Amino acid sequence: MKIPRCKGTRDLLPADMALFRHIERIFMDSCIKWGYKEVRTPTLEYLHLFTSAGTLTPEMLGRVYSFLDWDGWSGERVVLRPDGTIPIARLYGECLSEGSLAKLCYIENLFAFEGTGQESRERWECGAELIGDTGINGDVELIMLALEVLKKLCVSGVEVRLSHAGLIRGLLDEVGSSELLQKLIDGKKDAVNELKGVNKELAKKLSLIFGVTGKGKGYLDNLRAIFPNLSAAFDDLVKVTELLDGAGCNYKLHLASGLGFEYYTGTVFQLYCREAKLGGGGRYDELIPLVGDGPTPASGFALYVGHIMDLMEPAEIVDISAGKILIKPASDDVDVLKRFYELSTRLRDIGYVVEIELCSQDEAGYDWIISGGKEFDVIEKSGDKEYEGLSVDEVLQRLEAAR
Amino acid sequence: MKLKLALPKGWLQGSTSELLDRIGFGLDDYHEKSRSYRPLSEKYPDLFTKVFHEKDIAIQVALGNYDLGICGLDWVDELLSKYPSDAVLKIKNLGYGSGNVYVAASKFSNITIDDLKAGSDIVRITTEYPNLAEAYALKQRFRRFMVLPVLGAAEVYPPENAELAIIAETSKDELYARGLVPLDAIGITNAFLIANRDSMEKLDLSGVLGPLLKENIAEIKLARPSKKAAATTWGLLAKGTVRLALPDGHQQKHTIRLLERAGIEMNGYLQGEPDCRPEIGIDGTVVKVIRPQDMPLQVANANFDLAITGRDWLLDHLYKFPSSPVEELLDLGYGKVRILLVVHNDVPVNSLVDLKETMKSGKLAKIRVASEYINIADKYARDNHLAPYRIVPTWGASESFLPEDADLLIENAETGATLAKNNLKIIDTLMESTACVIGNKNTAAGKDKIAQVLDILKRGF
Repeated sequence: MKIPRCKGTRDLLPADMALFRHIERIFMDSCIKWGYKEVRTPTLEYLHLFTSAGTLTPEMLGRVYSFLDWDGWSGERVVLRPDGTIPIARLYGECLSEGSLAKLCYIENLFAFEGTGQESRERWECGAELIGDTGINGDVELIMLALEVLKKLCVSGVEVRLSHAGLIRGLLDEVGSSELLQKLIDGKKDAVNELKGVNKELAKKLSLIFGVTGKGKGYLDNLRAIFPNLSAAFDDLVKVTELLDGAGCNYKLHLASGLGFEYYTGTVFQLYCREAKLGGGGRYDELIPLVGDGPTPASGFALYVGHIMDLMEPAEIVDISAGKILIKPASDDVDVLKRFYELSTRLRDIGYVVEIELCSQDEAGYDWIISGGKEFDVIEKSGDKEYEGLSVDEVLQRLEAAR
Repeated sequence: MKLKLALPKGWLQGSTSELLDRIGFGLDDYHEKSRSYRPLSEKYPDLFTKVFHEKDIAIQVALGNYDLGICGLDWVDELLSKYPSDAVLKIKNLGYGSGNVYVAASKFSNITIDDLKAGSDIVRITTEYPNLAEAYALKQRFRRFMVLPVLGAAEVYPPENAELAIIAETSKDELYARGLVPLDAIGITNAFLIANRDSMEKLDLSGVLGPLLKENIAEIKLARPSKKAAATTWGLLAKGTVRLALPDGHQQKHTIRLLERAGIEMNGYLQGEPDCRPEIGIDGTVVKVIRPQDMPLQVANANFDLAITGRDWLLDHLYKFPSSPVEELLDLGYGKVRILLVVHNDVPVNSLVDLKETMKSGKLAKIRVASEYINIADKYARDNHLAPYRIVPTWGASESFLPEDADLLIENAETGATLAKNNLKIIDTLMESTACVIGNKNTAAGKDKIAQVLDILKRGF
């Protein structure tokens, strides 16, 4: 009986993993070059890390994988990490809060129940967090870093959608009903309609601000005229857009894109490509104090590995090996095998992928076939060339020259 | 194909049987006091009915094992709050069993929900509805909370052992009478007719549904199973006080005998329904009466220093929490039961070895193991490689699960007569269990004081 994989999960096959590792490499390489250092948080965290007000919404908490640990008789639950940023905030407060600035990056899996079957219940994210008093410049650095990663991954047509949590909160302060407010923050589609029944004027304003998108200072000035009491948030956005304009970045002001997360306090950005959401982030100045440390401003972003993989083709990955070699020992004689092991080690050292034939293997897909016993016979598949009776050094010489 | 209807045992049993009588179901053995699990209907010979604990009915209907069911809406909400599903349809409020699920605190604690939300202390919630409790705590955004599930007597825990109890009660007055203050109401307990969505869409249920929908019953308030009144609290306890938990239910009579033989005087425990906090004639010792099944968890959480329970419940706890600080301190020797592996007589298996062979041959592909001992059952199935298996938790009336709704049952029995009466046979004995005193290795009460209480109890042997 074949046992299928667990519902809502995804196997990553060799071609998928090649893409996955490629994304990881590009992301990590970029982060390191921008001065970020890699960290990893545990898969298990206490549920109460995420239940603190202002971290995750009840709607999101209703979908976490939580359970009692083997020593959880107290009734306190643990969860499979449902979010990447909150554990980093915890890690910072617990281990790194001495320094003035922490530039951290991570590649981690997150877990949340998903019932539609359209997404996996286990998602991988590449994230970067900038913890310290960096101001707007930090937010812009993160946007630039995210865009650089996507560019290096050859993902074209990326659009940055900008919003501001302070602006959203300022608007929603007038809602009154906490339940409706939660629905609006969660980005529920019918929430604005529901608001119409309670506060028609506010619903109209929200429809305007959430329904219209624009670009540049002019658009922001128009909105500022409608909502004069939210000037500070508009100031932030003006500065961000000026910096992005200066960097030649393609962005759009899309204020509804800031809905859905609760811990953001300032600039919020989402990265889209042909309506696929590739990632997002923002400023979360109140999160680190909420999980137990002193007042510490911070911002960050995460890229969604699965969504990026869906946009890429395996051919986009450049094979960096010198070539693939299949080694076929003529016998199981120990001396013969020792010679082949020595040869294969030296070939790997000069950059080849070397496989020793363990059972009958198809020769298609290999660049070189090496067989023999005391001496080696070499076939170069691309040129249909054959060399017979070579020593170890002669094989190495020939393949080094062919790299 | 027979239509399947799940009926409640317990406090809704009498009114449900009255309703079914009124519409002429003619069930042969389903009335307030009946103990039959499969009553037959004279009027609907194609109707298969089975009697379950209310909590199991919502689950059975959601799984599609039963097309229709009657149970309190509280148990439907308890299921759906954790596992949102459109598999259960709420068809009709049947008009009896009315009441609310209240979030309550002790009248002595003087707290509000807003106090708890604003505070940073852990909010402890005891309840028979752990899923509703968790959903409520998340909704209220308690920064940190613990849900302590209990099988009963949730009202006993506040204020000493919990800030909140989530309990069903017919009215606020009933709560006040028990020394509790309602802070919120999060659901109703009315008896509901529920249906499986698939069955509604694909089967003709009209023959049974029609009469049930036509009959209207004026709202009846039933008396819920009695709860304990918490007229007092332990108050401020002197350092080193031993907090002892004594059992209610079946174990109470055995425990009374032990206490009497040991010459321990008690006030409020030895006759009839016990008080919540009876007085005991052992210096420096206070008592609460709770369910024996809940004791290991309560001792582990340092809510009690000593408790009299069964070794079966201690092991069920330790199998789930191997590093728990609870340990057995004294074997009391009475209340001996065996924990048994049981199958229906029609299953051609007479031993565990037979069972494994049958599974290997593919005749029993997926095993459903019903038990009240969820962790003992899980460990037994795991250790014996009965894969693939699924544990079906039960809340009483476990014998009724075989053969339709489970393949194996892990159940306790003194003689095995009840099992035989239900056409079941024993194929393995997991362990023997007797009553015992349990304690917490890290107890705050002094070791000498604990030893002194144990010595007094030993006089009862």
